Amino acid sequence: MARIDLKNISHSYVAAPNTENNFALKTLNMSWQDGGAYALLGPSGCGKTTLLNIISGLLHPTHGAVLFDGDDITNRPPEKRNIAQVFQFPVVYDTMTVFQNLAFPLRNRNVPGKEIKQRVNRIAEMLELTESLPRRARDLSADAKQKISLGRGLVRTDVAAILFDEPLTVIDPQLKWSLRSQLKHLHAEFRHTMIYVTHDQTEALTFADQVIVMSEGEVVQASSPQALYERPVHTFVGRFIGSPGMNILPCEIDGAFLILADHRIPMDHIEPAAPETARLEFGVRPEFVHFSDEDDALPVSVSAIEDAGRYKIARLLFKELPIAAILPEDAPPLSATPKIKFDPENSHIYADGYLMEKGE
Amino acid sequence: MLELRSVSKRERGVVYIDDLSLCLARGDLHVLLGPTLSGKTSLMRLMAGLDLPDSGTLHMDGEDVTGLSVRRRDCAVVYQQFVNYPSLSVYENIASPLRVRGARNAEIDQEVEQAAELLGLRPYLSRRPADLSGGQQQRVALARALVKKASLVLLDEPLANLDYKLREELRAELPKIFKGSDAVVVYTTSAPEEAMLIGDTVTCLHEGQVTNSGKPRALYNRPAKLITAQILSDPPLNVLRVRKNGADLEFADNERVSGGERIASLADGAYKIGLRAHHLDVRKPGEGGIQAEVKITEVTGSETIVHAELGSVRWTALLHGVTPMDAGTRVSLIPDPAKLFVFDMDGALVSAPTE
Amino acid sequence: MRKTLNHKALWLASPALLLVAFTALIPLLTVVNYSVQDTFGDNKFFWVGAEWYKEILLSERFHAAFFRQVAFSAAILAIEIPLGLAIALAMPKKGWGVSVCLVLMALPLLIPWNVVGTIWQIFARVDIGLLGHTLAGFGFDYNYTQDPVAAWITLIVMDVWHWTSLVVLLCYAGLVAIPQAYYQAARIDGASRWAVFRHIELPKLNRVLLIAVLLRFMDSFMIYTEPFVVTGGGPGNTTTFLSVDLVQMAIGQFDLGPAAAMSVVYFLIILGLSWLFYTVMTREDTDAEGRLP
Repeated sequence: MARIDLKNISHSYVAAPNTENNFALKTLNMSWQDGGAYALLGPSGCGKTTLLNIISGLLHPTHGAVLFDGDDITNRPPEKRNIAQVFQFPVVYDTMTVFQNLAFPLRNRNVPGKEIKQRVNRIAEMLELTESLPRRARDLSADAKQKISLGRGLVRTDVAAILFDEPLTVIDPQLKWSLRSQLKHLHAEFRHTMIYVTHDQTEALTFADQVIVMSEGEVVQASSPQALYERPVHTFVGRFIGSPGMNILPCEIDGAFLILADHRIPMDHIEPAAPETARLEFGVRPEFVHFSDEDDALPVSVSAIEDAGRYKIARLLFKELPIAAILPEDAPPLSATPKIKFDPENSHIYADGYLMEKGE
Repeated sequence: MLELRSVSKRERGVVYIDDLSLCLARGDLHVLLGPTLSGKTSLMRLMAGLDLPDSGTLHMDGEDVTGLSVRRRDCAVVYQQFVNYPSLSVYENIASPLRVRGARNAEIDQEVEQAAELLGLRPYLSRRPADLSGGQQQRVALARALVKKASLVLLDEPLANLDYKLREELRAELPKIFKGSDAVVVYTTSAPEEAMLIGDTVTCLHEGQVTNSGKPRALYNRPAKLITAQILSDPPLNVLRVRKNGADLEFADNERVSGGERIASLADGAYKIGLRAHHLDVRKPGEGGIQAEVKITEVTGSETIVHAELGSVRWTALLHGVTPMDAGTRVSLIPDPAKLFVFDMDGALVSAPTE
Repeated sequence: MRKTLNHKALWLASPALLLVAFTALIPLLTVVNYSVQDTFGDNKFFWVGAEWYKEILLSERFHAAFFRQVAFSAAILAIEIPLGLAIALAMPKKGWGVSVCLVLMALPLLIPWNVVGTIWQIFARVDIGLLGHTLAGFGFDYNYTQDPVAAWITLIVMDVWHWTSLVVLLCYAGLVAIPQAYYQAARIDGASRWAVFRHIELPKLNRVLLIAVLLRFMDSFMIYTEPFVVTGGGPGNTTTFLSVDLVQMAIGQFDLGPAAAMSVVYFLIILGLSWLFYTVMTREDTDAEGRLP
């Protein structure tokens, strides 16, 4: 187990990078605590897998250093870094039984047979694989194979970090739930440093203590799931996290008024410190758009109601602006002329994409 | 209308489709929902005419098409993998079914423009598929299926290989794309939320059989079988064996909760109950309900998922807001009796919550 | 019920079926026809039943040729398969070296059989051949026209030179198809080079190796041109393989009946052995789950 530091890391797949755009990963500094659970979240091509491969040693960064517990291991190959990795598609050794698969990393490290047996049996029990131990690994289902991949990391006593590269891609939704909670449980039990790469916000938010949201080779926000949700520092994070994502509407500010499509809405806590030229946007999550009968609520029209089962999504139009709102499953039908209000605590103003701090 | 009558498909002793009957109307988007190996893909292959059923028949608008070759089926397919002609431009990719049909250039122009407009592909018409993102490539495949104007459109998990956000975006557009096409549109998925959101009808599949089929909301509110309720629930449904005695429901560990009037009116005996995660409340210990121990909590930002255990029974609760709890915390689980589904021991619905 | 599924398919396949009928089925049936009859010329034939088969199967000449043939194929497989696999493993997997290696490997495959035979026949001659002369110069008693061991070694080395490339190319294609994640996982698990080969590469190459073994077996079991050109079956009968023997019998002695019976036996042996290889090598897969979802 180890603390991981990334110092001025950047990476380019181009031989002689000269412009910023040549870098798949732009300069980045990061410090990850021993025993923490971290997620790298972003759309494809955002650099998250590049970063993971730099940590595992499969890639050598163009610039910068990777430190495990203070030791510079940038030049060490993966096998000398004491990491374990679970890949997108399950990797098992086809010819071996489940037991042999789990024992493989220990055998390679010349661990005595008795200890191997002990450790494998313990890990198999935790992963609920005990009954499958004598079976051939390739005959198992995808989720069991992913557990074996993880198990090969867990059996080792020398593991500094376990890395996950979109491990639930090929798993059915129902099984995802059980695998996810099992993984979380294992983390609580073993306290390995875990780094989880995904494009799926639910996986990232439920797994990690800290989520690193990336876009175009840069870290946009690194914070707790709750903060990502309640205070996205950039409109990208607002849109990317949440389903549906945050409503982002062009706006203007006039003193203590928010102006949306020529409609003046009184707002507390508005800090009009943005430069004159900045492009201003108003952001509010669909969960914080409430229906209201009050006189100052905004009249909207309903373009569609989508039923997701345990909740509904109301697609609304305020003049030309599309606004999504979340309704509980058993919400009463909307009136013919619905009106909405925004929860002031969870309303944000963005200048050129970045969150403006609220004045207290 | 596409009709499957008692269709079965076996291969090397494995049953993929087991005596399945189904009616799919034109003009609707039909979702086939089920986990891996439930028979979704096998069923699509039968519909497309890629496989012949071992028994049973398929009828399109009343006409028997069982042995009709795939070329004559008038059907378009979009796959999970992005399948396009790599050497053709986006325009030619979309136009390809029209060229096969021998349409005039003017007509092709018009159709391709229209489809490209609908799918937001206008700026990319002259590019090659390889230069597009995954989401755009899948849009090209969808556009091609659209211009073909086939009477049967099969979409086999078309969003499964896309990033989460792109999936959300395209999912919202899909029902609009095929609206008014008058085709039988079939869409397979393993995600319950997707089925609920886009389906005009949802058919739940399990081990090669239809468990239930109907309008999504109706299925969600009154699943006739336990397995249907399980397939449609995300997070997974809490399922428990109980002994019903008067208005009380007794669990294996001598815990009991009151089921209210609706439950009291049922005959006493053994049942299975189903409760969705967001209808289970978690409170401090001693506030009644079922005493359990928290195993793990997951925070999604706006919601908290609590996994708690009592004996060997695992409960999942979904709470609004962020309320993380340490593993080992003792809690009271309070099921909402009004929201309980009651099934008999064979899994047939006995009582559903009133709407 | 309208069953239009197969009609068109049959029509489309008919040219190929017709071609196969003329090139394979009809000649084969002719051979079968000859094998149960005898003639004294004049185009008069009479029925002899299984007479020729008995004669062939009991003749020592056939046994000896058959034994030589098996020994030759066994030697070829024992050398070419491991060697081809080893070369494929050693070849670069990316960079400019790939195309250079592939072209070098493909070269021997482009040379026609009889030319290969002629090249080696001259190459190995003691008087004017580079190889033969050099070996003799170093004091080796090498003369493939007189020494059976030298003749065998020459033929085997020639076949290895000619055909190992095929095994290499097949294995190479199989190797580059293995996803990188397997190698990465193995590195992380601390696997040795041998373990990677034993537990990843070999299992994943299973199918490819089957094809390589089948192709090389069938080809080497039917080898004719090269020994005919290089050694002519000699010295003595030491390199008279089944095919060489067959041609000698049919054309040299014009014993049509026995030659036809031998052809049929020969054909059945190849069919049987190929089937045996196939079942043994695919046995492991039969218990795997059917198809992918």
